[in-house]
Amino acid sequence: MSARVIPPISPTTQPYWEGAARGELMLQQCSACGQRPFPPHTHCEKCGSAELAWQAASGKGTIYTYTISYRAPHPVFRDQCPMVIAVVELDEGPRLMTNIIECDPEHVAVGMAVEAAFEKIDDSDVVLPVFRLV
Amino acid sequence: MSLKGAAAVVGIAELAPQRYTGDASILDLLSQVGAEAIADAGFKHADIDGLVVHPIGGLPGFVPATVAEYLGIKPTFAELVDLGGATGAGMVWRAAAAIQAGMCTTCLCLTGTRRRGRPQNRKQQNTERPPPRSIAPTRDRSPAAEFDSPYGMVGANVGYAMIATRYTHEYGLQDTQRAKVAVDQRKNANANPKAFFHDQQLTIDDVLSSEVICQPLHMLEIVMPAAGAAALIVTAADRVPDAKQKPAWILGAGESVTHSSFAQAPNLDATGIGIASRAAFNMADVKPGDMGLASLYDCYTIMVLLTLEEAGFVPRGEAGAFVESHDLTWAGDFPLNTHGGQLSFGQAGMAGGMSHVTEAARQIQGRCGERQVPGLELAYAHGNGGIIAEQTGLVFGASR
Ligand SMILES: [Zn+2]
Repeated sequence: MSARVIPPISPTTQPYWEGAARGELMLQQCSACGQRPFPPHTHCEKCGSAELAWQAASGKGTIYTYTISYRAPHPVFRDQCPMVIAVVELDEGPRLMTNIIECDPEHVAVGMAVEAAFEKIDDSDVVLPVFRLV
Repeated sequence: MSLKGAAAVVGIAELAPQRYTGDASILDLLSQVGAEAIADAGFKHADIDGLVVHPIGGLPGFVPATVAEYLGIKPTFAELVDLGGATGAGMVWRAAAAIQAGMCTTCLCLTGTRRRGRPQNRKQQNTERPPPRSIAPTRDRSPAAEFDSPYGMVGANVGYAMIATRYTHEYGLQDTQRAKVAVDQRKNANANPKAFFHDQQLTIDDVLSSEVICQPLHMLEIVMPAAGAAALIVTAADRVPDAKQKPAWILGAGESVTHSSFAQAPNLDATGIGIASRAAFNMADVKPGDMGLASLYDCYTIMVLLTLEEAGFVPRGEAGAFVESHDLTWAGDFPLNTHGGQLSFGQAGMAGGMSHVTEAARQIQGRCGERQVPGLELAYAHGNGGIIAEQTGLVFGASR
C-alpha cells in the first residue's frame, strides 16, 4: 500500500482496472488484425476496427528502460523515494509505465525479466499493476 | 508547393529570462516583447495582420482575441499553437504558411510565461509531517493521468532520465559526455549578456558533482524554470525590403507528433525528431552538414545528444564521442546553441523553446555581437515538446 496519484477511470478503461482488482493484467486485442492497443482504446490503433476483445495477459515482460527517482516527482511520492519508475515491455508487445517494487534500485537494469504484481492505492479502491524482478 | 523562401523573420525581441517576474501579468510581458519585436522590424502595430500565440495559464480561452485586443492589433489570421517546447518553431512555419496562403502579410509570433515567485507562507520542511495521502486529479482526464501519473511519471525529469538510460543501454554514453554539452553551452552563455547564467562559469566536475535527481541525470543537466517572453515578426517576401533588419529566410520546415505518453514513444532510432528534421532539410534542399549553426532543443543534456543523431548531424551511436571531440561554442568547429541553450539561457516556458529559433534567426541576421558565428549562411533550429512527443524543425538561410 502506498499513497499515489489516483487514476481517473473511464468506461473504456474500466475492464483494465477491474482486472487489476482481480490480480489480472488485462489487454485489449483487435479481432480484425491482432493488434494489442495500450492504453485501452475505443478503436484499434492499427486498423481502426471497433472489435476489441479483453484478454488476460501473461503479466510477464522485460524492463525497456527505467530511472531511479531520488526526489519525489510529486509530493504524494515523498516517502517512497528513491523509487524505480520504469517502462516495461510485456511479452505480448505493449509497453506500459510502471514501478519496479521490492527491489534494490541500484541493481535494476534494462532487459531484466519482470512479472506483474498488484498494489492497492491508499485512500482508494483502485488496484494498480506494478512489477517485481523475477 | 513548399514554404521555401515565402517569408522571412525580420524582427526579434526577447526579454532576458528571470527567476520570477513578480506581479507583472502575462499580457504585460507579451505586450512589451511584442512591441519591441514590431519596432525591431521597423514596422508599426498597424502593419501586423497575423498573430500566433499559445495556451496561457490564467486565460481560460479566446487567447488570440485577448492578446490581439491588449496589443492593439486586428489580425486577419489568428492561431493558437499547443506543441509544448516545439511551439515556438511550430509558430514560425504556420506564420509563413498563412502568409503564403494570403491570410496575412506580417505575422507576430508571441511566447512567454510569468512566474510570480514563491509563496511567502510555504510550509518549512518538517520531519514530523503526516504521511502523504493519495490525490485524485481534479481536471486531467488524459491517458497520461490514468496510466503514467500513478507511477510518479509526472513532469519531465523522469521521462528524459529514462531516455538517457535507454540510450546508454543501446549505444553506450559517458556521464562526462553529457556534461560536455552543458559546459560548452555555458561558455556560449558567458558571451550572451541576456543569458541567465551569463556571469557563472561551469566545469564538467561541477555538473557531475551536482545532485542526481533522476538516475542518471544531474541537477545541472536539467533546465531551470524561468519567466520571460520572446517574439518574432515573420513577413512576406515582398515586404522584406520594407523591414529595418536583414531577413532570416525560412527555407524549410518539418513537424511530427508521435505520441503523448512516454511509454508509447517510438524507439530512439525512429523518433519524430528524425521525421521533422528530414522534412525540414528536404524542403530547404540542404543537408545537416550544410548548417553553420545547430540550435537544438536542450531541456536536458541527453536531448541534444539524441537530436544530433536523429536529425542527421552525427552517425547513430556516436553523439557522445562527437561532442567530446568538438568545440560546441560559437567560436568552435561545431557551433551549437550559441545563446547558451535553455540550460544556460533559461527556460521561460514556451519562450524557452522559442529561444532556439530567435538565436538561429539572429545569428543569420549577423546580430549576435561577441558570440556571432562568422559568415553564417544556414542554421537549423529544432523544437521538442513533451517527452520527445512533438517535434518541429526549421531551416533558416541568409539568402532566399
Ligand atoms: Zn486492428
